[in-house]
Amino acid sequence: MATITLDVNGRKQQIDVAPETPLLWVLRETLGMTGTKFGCGRGLCGSCTVHIDGGAIRSCVTPVESVAGKKITTIEGLSPDRNHVLQCAWIAEEVPQCGYCQSGQIMTAAALLTRKPHPTDDDIDGAMINLCRCGTYVRIRRAIHRAAQEGGGK
Amino acid sequence: MNTTIPVNRRDFIKIVSAAGTGLLLGVHLPSLARVFAETAPNSGEPFAPNAWIRITPDNVVTILVDKSEMGQGVETSLPMLVAEELEVDLAKIHTEFAPAGPVYQNPMMGQQGTGGSSSVHTGFDPLRRAGAAAREMLIAAAAQRWGIDPQSCRARDGFVIDERTDKKLSYGELAGAAAKMPVPKNVTLKEPKDWKLLGKPAHRVDTPLKVDGSAVFGIDVKVPNALVAVVARCPVFGGKVKSFDATAAKKIGGVKNVLQISSGVAVVADGFWAAKKGRDALKIEWDEGANAKLSSAGITERLKALAEKPGADARKEGDAEKALAGAGKKIEAVYEVPFLAHATMEPMNCTAHVRKDACDIWVGTQGQTLAQRTAVGITGLPPEAINVHTTYLGGGFGRRFAADFVADAVETSKAVGAPVKVIWTREDDMQHGMYRPATYNRFAAALDKDGLPVAWSHRIVGPSIMMGLFPGAVKDGIDPTGVEGAANLPYGIANIHVEYTIADVGVPVWFWRSVGNSQNSFITESFIDELAVAGRKDPYEFRRGLLEKSPRHKAVLELAAAKAGWGKPLPKGHARGIAVAESFGSFVAEVAEVSLNEDGGVKVNRVVCAVDCGTVVNPDTVTAQMESAIVFGLTAALKGEITIENGRVQQGNFDNYPLLTMAETPAIEVHIVPSQETCGGIGEPGTPPIAPAVCNAVFALTGKRIRRLPIRIA
Repeated sequence: MATITLDVNGRKQQIDVAPETPLLWVLRETLGMTGTKFGCGRGLCGSCTVHIDGGAIRSCVTPVESVAGKKITTIEGLSPDRNHVLQCAWIAEEVPQCGYCQSGQIMTAAALLTRKPHPTDDDIDGAMINLCRCGTYVRIRRAIHRAAQEGGGK
Repeated sequence: MNTTIPVNRRDFIKIVSAAGTGLLLGVHLPSLARVFAETAPNSGEPFAPNAWIRITPDNVVTILVDKSEMGQGVETSLPMLVAEELEVDLAKIHTEFAPAGPVYQNPMMGQQGTGGSSSVHTGFDPLRRAGAAAREMLIAAAAQRWGIDPQSCRARDGFVIDERTDKKLSYGELAGAAAKMPVPKNVTLKEPKDWKLLGKPAHRVDTPLKVDGSAVFGIDVKVPNALVAVVARCPVFGGKVKSFDATAAKKIGGVKNVLQISSGVAVVADGFWAAKKGRDALKIEWDEGANAKLSSAGITERLKALAEKPGADARKEGDAEKALAGAGKKIEAVYEVPFLAHATMEPMNCTAHVRKDACDIWVGTQGQTLAQRTAVGITGLPPEAINVHTTYLGGGFGRRFAADFVADAVETSKAVGAPVKVIWTREDDMQHGMYRPATYNRFAAALDKDGLPVAWSHRIVGPSIMMGLFPGAVKDGIDPTGVEGAANLPYGIANIHVEYTIADVGVPVWFWRSVGNSQNSFITESFIDELAVAGRKDPYEFRRGLLEKSPRHKAVLELAAAKAGWGKPLPKGHARGIAVAESFGSFVAEVAEVSLNEDGGVKVNRVVCAVDCGTVVNPDTVTAQMESAIVFGLTAALKGEITIENGRVQQGNFDNYPLLTMAETPAIEVHIVPSQETCGGIGEPGTPPIAPAVCNAVFALTGKRIRRLPIRIA
């Protein structure tokens, strides 16, 4: 066990866990933030995507000790009141079905818009490699374009 | 007949009483209708309870949703049915998932459950009647308070209004008085032309919760002091624990307990990571049992051998064998489909808290009754003491109708005397699942001199889902789920013979989105395409000509073809294929446009879908479900295969059981046929036609007929 200081959604918190514990389980179980999901445990599906210093990473294969002191943003911290341009676009396009992968999809899309404010379809294909078993891909694509038009990537 | 009183009715009454006063109205289900008929013979046409409306004096209208929300939109579409008649704004109602109780039995299943694309179909009348009955009671209460004729009152937007004076009372203000009104024996339902909600796109009530991480899935449930368990299961189907050594596992920090349960060895810890590390450290000797040498190749050989012999008749019209014997042109083919996993994004999980006198279960389940019965069997408690709390489901597709993961949690909680959340890893989920049956199919057909089919013989061999679950559903050797999509071939052919043989091969099989239709549609719609080609006919015109007695099939076929530009030129290297199928009361035709990737793989560029699902409740959900079902079916057609070697599933995660990705997803257009027919299902019917539409397009492009899925061209 080790004491680690994490900066999650702008809040610094000390935790005491095995240092190799994946960030995913620290977020979900130690900190009680369950918006970030467990899907595959091997970084293959993207349900666990969060931001580290603004970039999208797979928290299920990220040892918590490796992100100590870095700026971690989860779906809970994307916006204070569900008003991030992507969240609004997701609602407008009625993207989610079961909804399980959507936190990861939105976090991946948010990182994309930061890098590419007006992504092309190819950009979207390249970045949005998260899996969705409900097959909401056509709507995710539409929602990203909508968010870009509405200034998401400013 | 106390069994018909929902277990939580007393709790509801308590809640309502605690709130002062309120209106609680049960809707009547067909199963309960029998009871009503026994106890109240003059009750007239039964109101079959299927949901509950709760209106409290603080003006909160809650609609209980007795079906599980797994993405198909029932948390919105079922309340829409109530709200339409109750005259409340959908945006203002609250929804709550119903507890497990006999009153919520699904009339198509004989138990509480969500599946078979049955939710709107079975809820359409009872839920509207529930809303209408509540509305009439509220109006009666207002009329009594004002001392006027109910005829001069009307309900609108959560108020009862005196039409002459414009006085109004909110539903909350009327709740207490309305609760004392007699339940009307007959109610008048609105004409479709007067609908404000039904048939118009509605925003889903669950969407906002699913964009900020606040929706609670089974895996997210927080129960104070709950432990987390991960279970080691025998890698071979049906194998058992011979012995295990937990010494190393118990040394892992956070591991609290290691114990044997029915499904294997459970490692219980203070969190998932410790539990999984503990499991990795276990030393287990397995008794691999009878399936230790099971392999996909061996299963195929077995199915093939059984296909040499006649099966049970699923459909016999005319004399196909005689017509084949005298045929001018005979076409024969063998089709095969593999086992498939559901691969829901949320791996199986369940939280249980077993106490001396009660058991709580928090689970994303499609089968509340089965979950409850499973817990009854393990705890010995009566069903009333088992509280099933249904969460959101991170995908279901049939998998979550099972209760194996419920058993894990209940057994473990009972043994350790604490609340326990059992979490399956992705590998557990893929290797210890229940699979879409693999089948082997022999076809023979005969064409007359005009190139039209005069005989159709189809022999299906595969494992049966129902034999293991509801053996009573298997009659005369026919499992209806094995022949759906095959025995109901819609084409006008004089001699049809469809046979079916059950083969128990040692692999657990289960419902998988659209069930038998998922493979039988691929098989029959591909073979009919072969006949069109053999008869030198256009595949679309060929089908159309044989669908004179199947007008709804024909209409969706025509619509899909027209919208896809069937027959119009395509860019070089592109081709179209078409298929049509009815399942769960809905008719769907799809046209796929394909090309080849640089690596020779199939690229699906565009899918045009026409759907006739009868009366539409939420058209945007219909569109979304078609999109979803098409992507689901494309994954199966292009990638999906579970293989067995030495009794073990060889796939474990998304690297070797890949799903369709964003980049591989075609443009999808959905066209809904306007209809006032009975509601059909929408969760599943989009899946069956996509595999054959794609395979038929691959044939048109390459001349290679795909008779085994997934598609492998190279």
